[in-house]
Amino acid sequence: MSTTKKLGLREKYRLMTRGLGWETTYQPMDKVFPYQSFEGIKIHDWDKWEDPFRLTMDAYWKYQAEKDRKLYAILDAFNQHNGHLNISDARYVNSIKLFLQGITLSEYNAHRGFVHLGRQFRGVGPRVASQMQALDEIRHAQTQIHALSHYNKYFSGFHGFQGMYDRLWYLSVPKSYFEDALTAGPFEFLTAISFSFEYVLTNLIFMPFMSGAAYNGDMATVTFGFSAQSDEARHMTMGLEVIKFMAEQDPDNIPIIQRWMDKWFWRGYRMLVLVAMMMDYMLPKKVMSWSEAWEMYFEQAGGALFEDLARYGFRMPKYADVSVKEKDRYSHEAWAALYHYGAAAGLHTWIPTSEEMEWMAEKYPNSFEQFYKPRLDYWDEQQKAGKRMYCASLPQLCQVCQIPAWFTEPDDPTQLCHRETEYKGETYHFCSDGCCDIFKGEPEKYIQARLPTHQIYQGNCGGASIEEVLKWSGIEVGHDNLDYLGSDDQKNWERWKHQTAVEKKIA
Amino acid sequence: MTVNALYPDYQGKVRDAESNFHGGRLLYVAWNRHLMFTNPFAYLVQPDMKFGDFVKTVMAPSFETHPDWAKIDWTKVTWHRKGESFAPDCSKTLKENGLAHKAAIQFSTPGLDGIGGLGI
Repeated sequence: MSTTKKLGLREKYRLMTRGLGWETTYQPMDKVFPYQSFEGIKIHDWDKWEDPFRLTMDAYWKYQAEKDRKLYAILDAFNQHNGHLNISDARYVNSIKLFLQGITLSEYNAHRGFVHLGRQFRGVGPRVASQMQALDEIRHAQTQIHALSHYNKYFSGFHGFQGMYDRLWYLSVPKSYFEDALTAGPFEFLTAISFSFEYVLTNLIFMPFMSGAAYNGDMATVTFGFSAQSDEARHMTMGLEVIKFMAEQDPDNIPIIQRWMDKWFWRGYRMLVLVAMMMDYMLPKKVMSWSEAWEMYFEQAGGALFEDLARYGFRMPKYADVSVKEKDRYSHEAWAALYHYGAAAGLHTWIPTSEEMEWMAEKYPNSFEQFYKPRLDYWDEQQKAGKRMYCASLPQLCQVCQIPAWFTEPDDPTQLCHRETEYKGETYHFCSDGCCDIFKGEPEKYIQARLPTHQIYQGNCGGASIEEVLKWSGIEVGHDNLDYLGSDDQKNWERWKHQTAVEKKIA
Repeated sequence: MTVNALYPDYQGKVRDAESNFHGGRLLYVAWNRHLMFTNPFAYLVQPDMKFGDFVKTVMAPSFETHPDWAKIDWTKVTWHRKGESFAPDCSKTLKENGLAHKAAIQFSTPGLDGIGGLGI
C-alpha cells in the first residue's frame, strides 16, 4: 500500500511561490513594476528576501478561521451578558471611542497600502508577505468594528466613525499619517509602516489599549487584542526583515533608509501623543504612565534595536532626544488641549479625580504639580462655578503632523514651540524641528496638506459656525461632545449601575 | 529634491494659497505665558482691518475669558514676529502693518504672568 507523503510547510511554501517571479516578455519588467526604482533603492537579488514565516494560504486561512471562531464566540457571549456593565467606569469607553475613530480606519488604510505592495513588488517573497498582511489589516478593521459595535447600542460617539475619520478635525492626525505613507513609494511605505510603526512603535499602541481594556474590564477589546496578537508578531518580524534586506542589497540604500527612519519615527511619535493622553487620562484604572511606557518600549527596547542596526551603519532616529525631553509633559499638554476643545470633540473630556491627580503627581514628580495640576485645578474651579472652559477659537495646526501647535520648547515647558519656513513665497508653520525637517525634505508634497482649520475657513466644511462644522463632521452635538459630567453616558451609566445594585439586593 | 515622485517635475498645488480664502487671509496669534490657551489661534481676517480693531473685536472674544485680559496695560504690551520684536500701529491696517497671509505673531504682557504667576 502506498501513502502520499504530506508536504511540510517549507515545501508547500516553495511550491506556492514557484514560478511566480517569471521574467515578462510582452512588456519590459520596468513597465510591469513601475514603482521599483524611483525612490533610489537598489535591489540586486530579490531571492535574498527571507520570509521568516513561509506561511502558505491554506495554513493562513486555517489559523485565521480558528481565531475568528473563538473571537466571535466570545463577542456573542459578551453581548448577550451585557458585558459593557462590567467595565470599570463609563469614562473608560472614551478610550475605545478614540480607538474606533482614529485607529480602525487606519488599519483599513494599512490594508490599502499592502494591497498595492502585493501587486507592485518585483520579488515574490515580499509580494506574498504583503498580500497576507493586507488581509490581516482588513481583518483587524472588521473585527474591531464588530467588537465595538456592542458599545454603539449603549454609548455616544461610536455611531459615525467612518465619516469622522474623514472629517473630524483632530482625526486628520492619523489620517494624514497614513495618507503620507500611502502616497510614498513602496520601500518608504514598508519603512514607515512595517518598520517604524509595526516594529518600533506598535507596542505603544497595543499594550496601552489592550492592557487598558483588561484592567478596565472590557473583554470585547481584550479578545480582539488576543486575536490580532499573532498577526502583529508576524508584522513586526517582517518590519525588521525589510530593513535588513534593503540594507544588505546595496550600501547606497543606507542613507535613504536612515532619512525615512528619521521621518517616520517622528511622525509616529507625534501620532502617539493621542495614546499618551489616553493612557494617563482616559483609563480609570491605569496600566502604566506614558513616561514609563516610553522608557521601556522606546528608550530601552528601541535603544537596543538601534545598537543592533549600527552594524549596517544606522543610527538612532533624529530627535529621539527630544522625545525623551517631552515624556514628562506629552500626555498633559494633549489632554489639556482636548479638554479645552471639549465642545469640538467626538468623545467626552473631564477633570481627573483627586486620586487620579495623586497618581499623576507620583508618576510625574518633576512636572505634574509644577505645570499641569494648577491648570486643571483652575479649570475645575471654573467648571464648578458654571463656567466650564470651552475654547471656540480655531487652533493653529502644524503643516506636517496636523496637531494644534500645543507642544512646548524642548528645553522650556512653559514656552510654546513654533517653527516656520518659506517655500516659493508661502509661509508654513510647524510644531517642532522634527516636523519642519520633514517638510523641508519634500515641500512639494506637504504644501498640499489638507489642514482642517484652513479648510473650515475656506468654506469647505459645512458652514461657518462651530455647530455646522461639527454636524458636518458627524458629531451629534450635545451627545457625543462636551464634558463627561452631565453627559448621556454618565446619566445612563449611573442608572444601570443603580439597577444592577437593586437587582443584586433582591436576589 | 523637493519631492520623491514617480515622474520628473512633479508640482504640488498650494492648498492654502491666499486666493482660496475669499478675500480674507490667515493670521496666527499666541499669548506668551498664558497656557490656559493651549495653542496659538488661527484667525481669518480682512487685510484692511485696523490692527486696533483686530485686538478689540477678534482677539478679545478668544482671550477675554482669562482674568489677566482685563488687566492688560496695552502701552506695555510687547509683540514678536519670527523671533524679533514687532511694533504694530493700532491705527493702521493689518496689511499696512506688514502682516501678510499666514503671519504668526506673539504678544507678552509684562507683569501679567497667568494664573498664580505660573504661566497658565
